[in-house]
Amino acid sequence: MNAIKNWIGRTHTGSTLLLAILLLVIFPMVLEPFRLNLVGKYLTYAFVAIGLVMVWGYGGILSLGQGVFFGLGGYAMAMFLKLEASDPISTKIQSTPGIPDFMDWNQLTQLPLLWVPFQSFAFALFAVIAIPTLLAFIISFAMFKRRVGGVYFAIITQAVALILSVLIIGQQGYTGGVNGMTDLKTLLGWDIRTDSARLILYYVCSVLLLASIVLCAWVQRSKLGTLLLAMRDKEDRVRFSGYDVSMFKVAVFCLGAALSGIGGALFALQVGFMSPSFVGIVPSIEMVIYAAVGGRMSLVGAVFGALLVNAGKTLFSESFPDLWLFLMAALFIGVTMIFPEGLAGLVEKKLKPWWRMRMAANKSRAERLNELEMDIDKSAEPVVKSVTSVVKPKMPKIISGQNA
Amino acid sequence: MGLSEMFNIGMMQGFAGLSLFSVLLLMGLGLAIIFGQMGVINMAHGEFMTIGAYTVFLGSTMTERLAPGFMPFYFPVAIIVAFVFAFAAGWLVEWSLIRHLYKRPLDTLLATWGLSLGMQQLFRTGIGPKEVSPTLPDWLLGSWAPAAGLDIPINGLFVLGLTALVTGLVMLALYKSRWGLRVRATVSNRPMANAVGINTSKTDRLTFAIGCGIAGVAGAAFTTIGSTGPTSGSLYIVDAFLVVTFGGAASLLGTVASAFGIAQTQSISEFFLSGSMAKVLTLSLIVLILMARPQGLFASKVRR
Repeated sequence: MNAIKNWIGRTHTGSTLLLAILLLVIFPMVLEPFRLNLVGKYLTYAFVAIGLVMVWGYGGILSLGQGVFFGLGGYAMAMFLKLEASDPISTKIQSTPGIPDFMDWNQLTQLPLLWVPFQSFAFALFAVIAIPTLLAFIISFAMFKRRVGGVYFAIITQAVALILSVLIIGQQGYTGGVNGMTDLKTLLGWDIRTDSARLILYYVCSVLLLASIVLCAWVQRSKLGTLLLAMRDKEDRVRFSGYDVSMFKVAVFCLGAALSGIGGALFALQVGFMSPSFVGIVPSIEMVIYAAVGGRMSLVGAVFGALLVNAGKTLFSESFPDLWLFLMAALFIGVTMIFPEGLAGLVEKKLKPWWRMRMAANKSRAERLNELEMDIDKSAEPVVKSVTSVVKPKMPKIISGQNA
Repeated sequence: MGLSEMFNIGMMQGFAGLSLFSVLLLMGLGLAIIFGQMGVINMAHGEFMTIGAYTVFLGSTMTERLAPGFMPFYFPVAIIVAFVFAFAAGWLVEWSLIRHLYKRPLDTLLATWGLSLGMQQLFRTGIGPKEVSPTLPDWLLGSWAPAAGLDIPINGLFVLGLTALVTGLVMLALYKSRWGLRVRATVSNRPMANAVGINTSKTDRLTFAIGCGIAGVAGAAFTTIGSTGPTSGSLYIVDAFLVVTFGGAASLLGTVASAFGIAQTQSISEFFLSGSMAKVLTLSLIVLILMARPQGLFASKVRR
C-alpha cells in the first residue's frame, strides 16, 4: 500500500488516477445513458483542451484555430460514416443512388474525387490524424521558421478558422453546407445510435483521453517538455544554446492538432453529426477557455475545464440563454484577470497549502494534547477526548492537481 | 455588351470595392492605433463600432421624435456623439481591464473577447436582438449619375469622404500633435519616454480611447450602408485585424494600402465567383502572403 502511495506521489499521477476513476467508474454508474453521452461529447472537447495545454501552456503559442483541427478530424470521420450510411439501397429514392443525400440535393451526379478514398475505414482513421497534423505542420512551419509568433500567430490561425468555415458553408455540394453531415448511422455495420454502442464509444473516448493525458504528461517530463518551457520563457536563450527552436514549436503544435483531430472524430462518432459550427472562430476561442478555466498548465485541469464549462453551457443555455453569455464573458475576463492558472492553480496554490496547514495544525495540537495527557490525572481524560473528536478533518473538494 | 457598358460596370464594381475599403479602413485605423502602436489585441473593437452605430440610431430616433425640423442636420452631430460615446467606453475599458494586462498580450485577447461577448449580450438585452437602421437625412439618399448608365450611390461617396477625413486627421494627430509625439515615444521606448517626463500610462489610456472613438465613427459611417444588430461589429473584426497585420502593424500608410488591396480583391473576385468563395480566395491570399512576408506590406523595424 505504501509503495503504491509513494509511486503516485513520485510520478504525480494522483490526479490522473482520480480522473480515471471518475470517468471509467463513477460517471457510468451514476449517470443515465443520455447524460453519459453528453459527458462523452464534452470529453471530445477535452482532447482539444489538453492539446491547448501543450501548445499554449507549455509552448506559449496561443492558437485560435483549434476548431479547424477538431473539425477536420470530425469531417474525416463523418465522411466515412456518411458514405456508409448512403449505400445504394437506402438512398434509392435519390436521382443518383449511392451518394450522400446533400450531394444529390445539390445536383451532383457522382462522388467527388476528394471523397473516394474515404470509402476505406483505414484511410479515414489515418486521415483523422494525418490531415489536421499536415495542415498544422504547414501553417506552423511557415510561421515559426520566420520567427513569427505570439499575437500574429493567433490572428493567422483565426483567419484560417474563418476561411475553413466559410469554405465548408459555401461548398454545399461537397461538404453539406451549414447543416453539415447528419444521419450518421453505422460504423462498419455496427449501429452507433443504440445505448450500448454509445456506452462502448464513451469508454473508447475516455480510455483514449486518458492515454492522451499519459502521452502528454510523458512529453512534459521529457527533454522536449523542458525545452518548451524554456522557450516559452526565454526563446532567444534557447536559440543561442544551439537548439532549433522553430521545429520544437512545430512539433508541439502538430501534437495539439492531432489530439484535436482525434477529439473531432470521436465527436462525430458519439454525437452522430458534424457541422461547420464547430470549426469557426467562436468555437475555436471557446475551446481556449476550456483550457484556461481548467488551468493552462494542467492536463487534468483542462479536462475538468472542458467538462465544467460545457456542463454550464448546457445547463444555462437551456434555461437562461441570456445569462449564459454574460457568464461566459465573466469567465473569459475573470480567468485572465484573477485566476490565470485556472482551477488547477486554485487547487495547487490555495486548497492544497490550506489543507497542509490545517493538517499540520491538527498534528501539532494533537501532540500538545498528548503531552498534556501525560502530565495530568486520569480524571481529565474525558475533556481531552471531546477535544480530539472536534478536530476531525473534513475531506476537501477534490478537483484536480498536477504539478506543472 | 458595349465597351462603355463594360466600363460602367467596372466602375460601379470598383466603387462597391471602395465602400468596403472605407469600412475596412475606418475599422482598421482604430485597430492600427490600438494594435499597431500599443500592441494590444482588442477583440471587442467591433463592439465599439456597434456603440457608434447605435448612437446614430438613437440620434435619429430622438431627432425624429423631438425635433423633426433638425432632421437634415443631425447626422454630423451624431457622428461626433458616436465618437464621444465610444471614446468614453474605451476610456473605461482601458482603466478597468486593459491596463492590467499590458504585459500579457495573449491574455488581453481572451479578456477582450469576453468583453465582446458581454457587450453583445448587453446590446441584445438592452436594445433588442432585431437589426435596426436610422432614418437617414434626404441628402444621403439617392445616387449621383455623372454619365448615363453610371450610378454612384451618395451614401458610398459620403462614407468615402468621411474615411478620407478621419484618415487625414489621424495621420495629422499622430505625426504632428503633442499626443502623437507622446504615443510614438512611448511605443518606441517606454522607460525612456517615462524618464523624459511623459506620463505613459495616461498616454496609453488616451490612445486606447481614441482608437475606440474612431471605431465609433466607423460604426456611424456603417449605418449609412447597412443595418446594425448586436453582432454586426464582430462580422468585420477578423478582416480588420488582417488589414492591420497585412499592412504592417505600425504603419498607417500600410493600413490604407492593405485595406484598399483587400477590398478591391474581394469585390473584383465577387464579380467572378460566389460571395463566399471570393471571401475564401481573398483571405487565403492574405494568409499566404503573410506566411511569405510576415512583417506585412510596409515593414516596421520592430521584429516581434
